[in-house]
Amino acid sequence: MSTNEKTIEIEVLRYRPEQDAAPFPQTYVVPYSDDMSVLQGLQYIKDQLDGTLSFRWSCRQAICGSCGVMIDGIPKLSCKSFLRDYAGKGRVRVEALANFPIERDLVIVMDSFVEKLESIKPYIIPKEPRPLSAGEYLQTPAQLDAYAQYSSCINCLLCYAACPQVGLSPDFVGPAALALLFRYNSDSRDGGAAQRMPVVGAESGAFHCTAVGYCSEVCPKGVDPASAVNQAKGASVREYFMGFLGKGGGK
Amino acid sequence: MSASDPRPAAPRAAPALPGVAGNPRRPYVRPMAGWWLRNPYFVRYMAREGTAVFVAAYALILLVGLVRLAQGEAAWNGWLEALRSPLSTILHLVFLAVFVFHTVTWFEVLPKTMPPLLVGGKRVAQSAITAGAIAVAAAASLALFGIVWGLTR
Repeated sequence: MSTNEKTIEIEVLRYRPEQDAAPFPQTYVVPYSDDMSVLQGLQYIKDQLDGTLSFRWSCRQAICGSCGVMIDGIPKLSCKSFLRDYAGKGRVRVEALANFPIERDLVIVMDSFVEKLESIKPYIIPKEPRPLSAGEYLQTPAQLDAYAQYSSCINCLLCYAACPQVGLSPDFVGPAALALLFRYNSDSRDGGAAQRMPVVGAESGAFHCTAVGYCSEVCPKGVDPASAVNQAKGASVREYFMGFLGKGGGK
Repeated sequence: MSASDPRPAAPRAAPALPGVAGNPRRPYVRPMAGWWLRNPYFVRYMAREGTAVFVAAYALILLVGLVRLAQGEAAWNGWLEALRSPLSTILHLVFLAVFVFHTVTWFEVLPKTMPPLLVGGKRVAQSAITAGAIAVAAAASLALFGIVWGLTR
């Protein structure tokens, strides 16, 4: 390392379950260049300074959704955040995604999310059996537009880390899963809405959302989960009252 | 183990994974206390929710006016007089500021609660929906103010 190389302090919240009672901050001095992401900073630490540091990553280009962390307290993809943007203060704080248990260092336990994702049946449930010979489903641009933005979710969980309701009520199905639920219910090829609506109306469903709206702010893919969750509330209310008219839900 | 560890004691008594002497997993759950102070966005959210208390309080003030009106002219004039006090004027300015914040922040939520608004086949931007709603609210308030002003002069 030459003496005139730029450096930044990266403070990482460490947690090694076999030896630490609780997480603690550890600071590393890392040389950086303007094109280095926070993820590359973490990789420098692991490769050059401290091989015991654990974190998740894969694609390095904001599509795999693996590298989400809290950067100065804000949920971000570490591959899409750059050290140069924190150079002014000379330091940056990195912590595991909020509202999830810490497995180790920056690695969270995401089992609860995978269960929630399964509960919303994130796949197209055909309206009726359809032989292969019937060919592909046709969709108009308007029908595609009804769900396209919600299908951009990469399950990075930044929205869960942004949602205080997830932290306060861990059973809450949460923004990404509800956005995907809304995505499939809004798909003209899908006939599974009646199977999914009970998840929306349940105690742990959409009405846990208090419209904080921060989930949509932090989403790196423009999914806007807050709009999906709040439209799902409306759909649930409509279904409930239509039930009195004998038109509800197909239960 | 520290007192801050939320898991029950003796984590190593957890069922052993196959081929592993003891389960070393000990997921750490961070506390939520003070969560809304951690991010300016959350402070703003709590302020938005808090304005509802002011709305309810002002509804009570108006309700008291209705009760005083039912009690007769003297009572009603007493209520009007109380509203003209300097303290009441200051309070009304505070209420006005809080209600403006309440209106703006809730209309910021508005576009999240409705299906996309299509005009000429194109989506209207969420910021435009918010701005439109605020403009309508401001116009309605001014119109109401003008009508009441005209009727009471």
